[in-house]
Order: sequence, then C-alpha cells, then structure tokens
Amino acid sequence: MRLDVIFRVGAKILLPIMLLFALYVQFHGDFGPGGGFQAGVMSAAMVIFYAIIFGLETAQKVFPPRLAEIMVPAGVGIFAGVGVIGMLLGENYLNYSPLADDPAHGQEYGILLVEFGVLVTVSGTMVAIFYCFMGRGR
Amino acid sequence: MIAANLPALQVVLPLLGAVLCAFFRRGVWAWGVALLVSLTMPLIAAGLLVQVLESGTISYALGGWKPPYGIEYRIDVANAFLLLLVSLIGAVMMPYARRSVEKEIAPERQAWFYTLYLLNLCGLLGIAITGDAFNVFVFMEISSLASYGLIALGRDRRALLAAYQYLIMGTIGATFYVIGVGLLYSMTGTLNMADMASRLAGIENSRAVLTALAFLTVGISLKLALFPLHVWLPNAYAYAPSMATAFIAATATKVAVYLLLRYFFTVFGAATVYTRLPVAEIFLLLSLAAMFGASIVALFQDNVKRMLAYSSVAQIGYITLGIAIANKTGLTGGIVHLFNHALMKGALFMAIGAVFYRIGSVRIDDLAGLGKRMPITMGAFTLAGLSIIGAPGTVGFVSKWYLGLGAMENGWWWLVFLLVASSLISVVYIGRVVEVIWFRPLSNAAKGAKEPPLSMLIPTLLLCAATIYFGFDTTITAGIAGRAAEWLLAGSG
Repeated sequence: MRLDVIFRVGAKILLPIMLLFALYVQFHGDFGPGGGFQAGVMSAAMVIFYAIIFGLETAQKVFPPRLAEIMVPAGVGIFAGVGVIGMLLGENYLNYSPLADDPAHGQEYGILLVEFGVLVTVSGTMVAIFYCFMGRGR
Repeated sequence: MIAANLPALQVVLPLLGAVLCAFFRRGVWAWGVALLVSLTMPLIAAGLLVQVLESGTISYALGGWKPPYGIEYRIDVANAFLLLLVSLIGAVMMPYARRSVEKEIAPERQAWFYTLYLLNLCGLLGIAITGDAFNVFVFMEISSLASYGLIALGRDRRALLAAYQYLIMGTIGATFYVIGVGLLYSMTGTLNMADMASRLAGIENSRAVLTALAFLTVGISLKLALFPLHVWLPNAYAYAPSMATAFIAATATKVAVYLLLRYFFTVFGAATVYTRLPVAEIFLLLSLAAMFGASIVALFQDNVKRMLAYSSVAQIGYITLGIAIANKTGLTGGIVHLFNHALMKGALFMAIGAVFYRIGSVRIDDLAGLGKRMPITMGAFTLAGLSIIGAPGTVGFVSKWYLGLGAMENGWWWLVFLLVASSLISVVYIGRVVEVIWFRPLSNAAKGAKEPPLSMLIPTLLLCAATIYFGFDTTITAGIAGRAAEWLLAGSG
C-alpha cells in the first residue's frame, strides 16, 4: 500500500483526528464515559494504523519498540507512584486528597494523573503486542 | 508514618520493584532490586505480626475510603503468619536465584524474569493481606499471570505448552471464583469479607449462597491443585525454570489453601459448609485419591522435578485432609503441613535446581552416583526427602502426627492406617532417587559435577535445616497453627 496516494493522504488527515479524539476521551474520563484505557487503545490504534499504511519500519522509526517497552512499566509506575505521594503526605496509600488544598480537588488531580498512567501502559502494551506479532517470522 | 502504612507497603514495594526491574536491560541489576525487595518483605511481615499479636486485628483503609465501602486490608493471626511464610521463602530463595537464572534463562530475558517474580510475590502477598473478595480476584490474576510467564520462560519447549495448559486451567478457576463472588454480592450487596460474613447470617440456606459456595470451592481448588483438578501442575513444575518451580511450589498453592480456609471458616462459617453440603466427605475422598493416586504416579516418573510435582499433589492431599477432618487437631495438622510442605518442597526443588546447574539434567538416570560428587547438596535432598516421607525428627512427621491424632478424635481409625500406607508409597518414590544418588556407579552426566556455588548451597541448606529444626521444636509452627485452627473453628468471631 506504500504507493497508494489515497490511503497515504487519507491516513495523514485521519491520524491527528484520532489522537485528538483519544485525548478528548482521556480528559473527559472523569465527567463521562471514557478514561485511560479507552484513550490508550485509541492512541495505540493510531500507531497501528500508521504501521499498516506506511509499513512497519517507518512506524518503528516514529515510535521505536524500545519506547513501547518503557511505556509498559512507566504507566504502572505513575499509577503506583501517585499512590505513594499520598502516603508520603501523611494519608493512606492511594488517598489523593492531600494533593491539593481542597480534598475534592486533590482527588480530581489524583484521578487525572492515575488515568494518565493507565493511558501510558495501555497504549505501550497494545503497540508492543502489535510489534511482537508483526516481528514474527522475520 | 511507616508503621501505619506497613499493610500497603507489603504489597506496594514488590509492585514498585517490578516496575523498576522492567526498566533494566541487565539481569544483575534487576536481581539486585528483587533481592532488596525480597529481603525487606519479611521485616514488614514480622512488623505486622508483632502489631497483630500486641493489639489485635489491623484494618487498613486503602485510599482512605472506609470499609465496607472501600477496599480494606485486614490482617489477623492467620494471614500475618502466611505473609511471613511467603515473604521468608522469597527472601531465602532470592540469593539462590542469581546463578540459577544466569544458567537457565537467556540474558535478554533475565530482567523480565525478576519483574515477573516480583509481580507474583506482590499478587500472593495481596491475596493474603486483603479483606475484599473482589480485590482477591485482582491479586489472584496478578500472581497467576506472572506465574504463567515464569513457567513459559523455561528452557524446554514443553514449558510453553505447560504454561498454556496452566493458563487455561487457571483462567477457568478464576472465572469460577468470580461467579461465586458475583452470586455472594447479589445476595449480600457487599464485597468486604467480614461484612459479607455478617450479612450471610440468616440466608445461608438460600440456593444462591450454596451455589456460590460450590463455585468458590471449585475455583479455588483448581488454583490449589486439588486432585483431580491438578492436571496443570506436574508439567508446569517440571518444565519451569528451577527458581520459578521452587518459589511457586513453596508458595502459590499454600496461598490458595489459605483462601479456601478463609471462605470456609470466616465467610460462610463451618456450620454452613459442613452441614448443608457434603464438603467434608468430598474433601476426604479427594484428599485420599490425591495421597494415593498422585503418589503412585510419582513412582513411575523418570524426571525428578516431575516426580516431586506429583508428590506435591499428594502432599496437598494431606493439607486438604486436615480441612476434611475439621476438628481442632486435624485442622492444626493441615495448617502446619501448609507451612512444613513449603519448607521441604522448597528445599527439594532448590537442591534439584543446584543439580541442574551443575549437570544440566534432572533425569533420575543422570543423577546416578551424584552423592560422591555433590555430597552436601544430595545430603540436603535426602533429608528433605525424609521429611516428605514423614520420618520422626522432621517436619513431615509433625504434620502427619497431628493429622493422625485428629482422625482418631473423629473415631476414623482406618484413616490412620491409610496415612501410614500413603507414607509407605512416598518411601518408595523418594527411596528410589536416594538409592540412585548414593549407591549407583557414577553416570556420564555426573562425572564433572561438583558442589554448587555457595550462593545456591547456603539457601538450600537453610531451608533444609528449618525442616529439621521445626521437626523438633514445634512450639512456633504447631502453636501458631493451633491458634489459627481454634480461631477458624470458632467462626472467627
């Protein structure tokens, strides 16, 4: 498909919209349906889509496999780390209230950060699995 | 601040350690992190045990959400004891792991091995510490997924198949568990175990509750490899890397047994479990089938790890026999065997791991004459083997003694004879290996063998010494097990 102009141009138009929508789902997660998992899958789908249209090598230049491998534990680290911050500020583990002056705001910041951790891990994992399957038999 | 947060740290530290390990490319660094975490765990567990013994049950509200609405970590005598057991086993085995892993696992995968090990540890400790039925499921999945990965890292191609088989069986077990929890949730409207127990009072006889009990029993029995749900176990233990086998054999099934005890005695209550359903009869029959069936199959194995795996199925039969006997002495025997079996199987698998490190094989024929080349390791193997048989002066004898006494209290004289008879079968399968090791001429594979490095030898000897020590001094093990049994039978209060 490398030479197909319609696919290439169409993909280039779609890719930023996909990322934008993923981010919308991400930040809308605390008001409505959505959140880190869905957003992570969408942003990973963007990378996979790119790889299908432009080929695996190009995709791996934009999004190196090593980055995907680092993102998997990094997200878990963010999630667990935010919990530890609560503990360091004198509350129980995973209590986000002390993150801001107002406990309700603290909880909101906590949720946002944790959801970001989920996004990082989920998109990293999806891309890593995709690269694994694509790399087979080479 | 640290003292108040010990329950969370017990689970969070291995999780953070796993994250850190996953960043490393070099196995040695990951090993360093895993060692540090593994050595901290027993300190935390001991701190918790001291707190529990001084001031009673600890309740920790995760995220500050009050139970029963939020997730509660609840530590009492029974699970403080289990936390200490699991973390001690981890701490003893971690120094051993480095050489064994270097030998058996490709360099680029060593860091992943330690990541999975720490996740497994985190899951097992989590199951033990939490007081929330659904949180148990989450931790069960964490530990199980990690152990599938650990098993699949084995050198042998059959490890992949074994891991896949375990994955299917383990997933079925977890599904049954969730169905059971779902039914209980629909009946009680709560997921907190203590709250659930109090809300179940009065509706124990409803069909949904009994169905939940059946689903939970089958699901957890799959995880603890109760005969005939044990089929995943022999291959998984036989083809996993030595370190993974030793750790999983010593801890994973034990944690599942604890979970079963927790549901039987503290959530449903002994009265419901033993009078409404024929649980005692079923467990008695299956335990006996395990003790004899698996022991007889163990006789015909030519791979020592596989033989020990079948022996594990048989030994789990002794633990569940304690649940079937269901009086204080019998249950004490079951619980103390949970601890004792962890020690002796850990020692056996570590000794065999050391053999694999030196001669690259665990076939019985290749072990011929190895006693002349590796006398200390093989001595440890023989002593731990004697403990499996139940020779007086070893931990195996202590647990069988309590089980026998418990059976007599129930007036089941025939069961005492069966206990002795099944021990005789283990004399044969352990004896066969011991005879080959000490009295056969040296095999070709064993010619160049010598004692393993000290980092492997000392942990093996430590566990082996523990099997002897706790065989003579039973005040700690049988004492705590007795307290736990009393507490469980009293309906936890």
